[in-house]
Amino acid sequence: MPISLIQPEFKVHIDYDKCHKCGRCVQQCGWGVYNFNERPIPDDAKCRACHRCVTYCPAHCITIKKNDLALRDNANWSAGLRTAVWRQAETGGVMLTGMGNDKPYQSIFDHLVLDACQVTNPSIDPLREPMELRTYLGRKPDAVSVESDGDGGFRLAEGSGVEKNVKLDTPIIFSPMSYGSVSLNVHRSLAMAAERLGILMNTGEGGLHADLYPYADNVIVQVASGRFGVNPEYLNRGAAVEIKVGQGAKPGIGGHLPGEKINKEVSETRMIPQGSDAISPAPHHDIYSIEDLRQLIYSIKEATGYKPVGVKIAAVHNVAAIASGIVRAGADYVYLDGFKGGTGAAPQIIRDHIGIPVEIAIAVVDQRLRDEGIRNQASIVAAGSIRSSADLAKAIALGADVVAIGSAALMALGCHMCQGCHTGSCSWGLTTQKPELTRRVDPEWGAERLTNLVHAWSHELQEILGALGVNAVESLRGSRERLRSIGLDQQTCDILGVKPAGL
Amino acid sequence: MPRFEPLLERMPTTRTPEFVDRTAPGGAAGERPSYTAEAPFKIHGGCGLMGICDESGSLMSGENAIRAMAVQRDRGNGLGGGFAGYGIYPEFPDHFCFHMMLHDVRAKEEAEAVFDRHFTVDLAEPMPTRPVKGISDAPLLWRYFLKPDPHRLEETEMSEEDFVVHVVMLINSTVDGAFVASSGRNMGAFKGVGFPEEIGHYYLLEEYEGHTWVGHNRFPTNTPGWWGGAHPFTLLDWSIVHNGEISSYGINSRYLEAFGYKCTLGTDTEVAAYLFDLMLRRHKLPIELACKALASPLWSDIDRMPEEERALMRSLRAVYGPGMLNGPFAIVLGHNGGMVALNDRIKLRPLVAARQGTIVMVASEESAMREVLDAPDRVWAPRAGEPVIASVAGAEQPFHDDLHLSADEVSCAVTGVVETCETVEVN
Repeated sequence: MPISLIQPEFKVHIDYDKCHKCGRCVQQCGWGVYNFNERPIPDDAKCRACHRCVTYCPAHCITIKKNDLALRDNANWSAGLRTAVWRQAETGGVMLTGMGNDKPYQSIFDHLVLDACQVTNPSIDPLREPMELRTYLGRKPDAVSVESDGDGGFRLAEGSGVEKNVKLDTPIIFSPMSYGSVSLNVHRSLAMAAERLGILMNTGEGGLHADLYPYADNVIVQVASGRFGVNPEYLNRGAAVEIKVGQGAKPGIGGHLPGEKINKEVSETRMIPQGSDAISPAPHHDIYSIEDLRQLIYSIKEATGYKPVGVKIAAVHNVAAIASGIVRAGADYVYLDGFKGGTGAAPQIIRDHIGIPVEIAIAVVDQRLRDEGIRNQASIVAAGSIRSSADLAKAIALGADVVAIGSAALMALGCHMCQGCHTGSCSWGLTTQKPELTRRVDPEWGAERLTNLVHAWSHELQEILGALGVNAVESLRGSRERLRSIGLDQQTCDILGVKPAGL
Repeated sequence: MPRFEPLLERMPTTRTPEFVDRTAPGGAAGERPSYTAEAPFKIHGGCGLMGICDESGSLMSGENAIRAMAVQRDRGNGLGGGFAGYGIYPEFPDHFCFHMMLHDVRAKEEAEAVFDRHFTVDLAEPMPTRPVKGISDAPLLWRYFLKPDPHRLEETEMSEEDFVVHVVMLINSTVDGAFVASSGRNMGAFKGVGFPEEIGHYYLLEEYEGHTWVGHNRFPTNTPGWWGGAHPFTLLDWSIVHNGEISSYGINSRYLEAFGYKCTLGTDTEVAAYLFDLMLRRHKLPIELACKALASPLWSDIDRMPEEERALMRSLRAVYGPGMLNGPFAIVLGHNGGMVALNDRIKLRPLVAARQGTIVMVASEESAMREVLDAPDRVWAPRAGEPVIASVAGAEQPFHDDLHLSADEVSCAVTGVVETCETVEVN
């Protein structure tokens, strides 16, 4: 076999003076980096810098560094582009990758700053005062109408309630990640955490394993173009149903779960043969237009006794008009997935070059729905990528009701963002179905870490609200007056509806 | 002798008074102010306020309102004070009374031309005023008792209320230098730049008798002193005085914009006025529930309510969440049927209430109650978000069923910003 022109990305260094020769690195590495011959011998080419071995080495003797080979500088042809050409010349294939867009696009969140109260209105201390994050996901009536209760009081008139909404204790939910792309233990961790947090996890397009049926009140069940695992019982095993049209990491294309990941349980849950590739088509073949979407939304509503039905789309150029159509088609929430959103597997070229930032998508969709007087008819869920409680607060100020976190949730479970999800060999036991790897995630441990993360962000959001002098998250939602931009051009500011700092 | 000697020396203000010859034939030189000049930006400020209502409908002197504000003098900075009185024109109970602020005679002539086209004017007279130290550069102040011209009314096929608001809109937006300070029946607003006791004294309020009075003292941090910009805000017989700084202004205004209101003044009061209009008039919510939507109970309290009430409050909060006024405020809404006072949801601004027989009184400070009422039966601090509602026996409640204005028409009438409203007739 001719040699590859591609040099290893990382160098694995073992300090053999300290090494116990225990072989734990060999056992821990899912990528097969290590051979053991009296001592562990690393093959740099296989390393993805996931730090599983580093974390578990009892002697702390493993160091992973970038392979700092000099290439002649060329600002036009980056090392990554050169490597890609060599790789494609070797394989003739589409380059696959995992996780979100890693190109150095500007982060709009990082150019937005929040307000705080001084003198003319007081800030509120979240440690001493109530600070409310509760959020209702779903369609709200235009107005509340009441009737006399015959006793001097009032009661809700028929049809103006929000009982069909899903109550969230904090405006954070977990992003869809399918069973198959992630392990059952990851799904268990997410479901247990969602239940403890009073929020929702999302099945993704791979169905819901029977073990998770008890968590139905904290689950969004997804219906994607492959319809994997979709049956009437599945639809009724969730608090809400989501039609997945697109994903921020791969707008306009379908999914491909390789047959190696389809073991017996995945096969049963997805309702497809064991070992066969699970290929979701690019479009839904029963949705070629907006009126088709309406039919599917109402079919699902009929099948579920009118549970909330959301529609997930990738943020693309015309997102405002699309979202408006989705709301008019009867969706109870619109899920906007920005172009930095994660994925279990996507063509790199699609992931890195298609779609628009979620910040822009939230701003234009929220404004369009307001312009059309239908903002109350659907909630906006924003994702891709929400990296901290600051992003969360800014997304809400721009107009999102709720954010969804996927990459951050996986990181809570150990993910180091090595971008190898598509390989099925995740050393952290997350995006794999190999039993020796999946058992690395104890659902109880995972649920606790996820719960901690969401609690931490919620507390930080409360601190931000307190500084802003409001004590309920609905008073920040869409309140762009509380945001200012630094270093964004005027047109972007206008699109965001945010003034530059100083105005 | 007047009892209204200033308690403190006048505070320095940002105003630079300049002489305007308002009675010069053909109008004063220079630019005439437009109400829209008020603020292209958000105005911050604090304030003092009061409201008093005799639920029996008995009349009391405006002196009560002045005294209540005088003891709260240091809540303002002399950049705005004002009052509204109800039941003050028993001689003209069925006439709409327009209190006008006019920059000069030309503005007056133009405004009167509009009146002549739309109304039968039964009395036009200068507002009675007296010179008061500290009050300067007052516009021409006139009042007109008028009724819609029956022919015009028939032509336009509007209700009387719609017709009147339409004319308010027309004057505020198209007649430079003319501003309608109030336009209701049997009520009037008296406001201007100065401390409220000076303003009250200037307008001879002690000679008026009303069943309900509201008063306001303003402490804006940055706004030019402009007579029209003082509180109360009015439309028809509604008046609003407000002390607060609404931290949720950004979303409140965007919420209202989705219903067609245009928030152009940058003031919290404007937002509060539109929210009341939306909830009371357009969505027909009872006042108690509108107050619960504006200053929502905490979820932890809602969760403990009986099932039926819980469902109602949950919906109210989920639906009107973007309209919830978050941040410090105390607000008094006056109308011909009484008044409503409301505090924010965690009581970040003061509001004290008292009852003495049939008299209900609210103010920013208890001192106002002690000044006006000799032996209150009860003085209490209303709980956060608990409205204090005073209703004059037998009076009509404030929710005009024959008002059919669109949101942009209301905005246009309140602000005088012509761009806010496409339907205003310019003739």
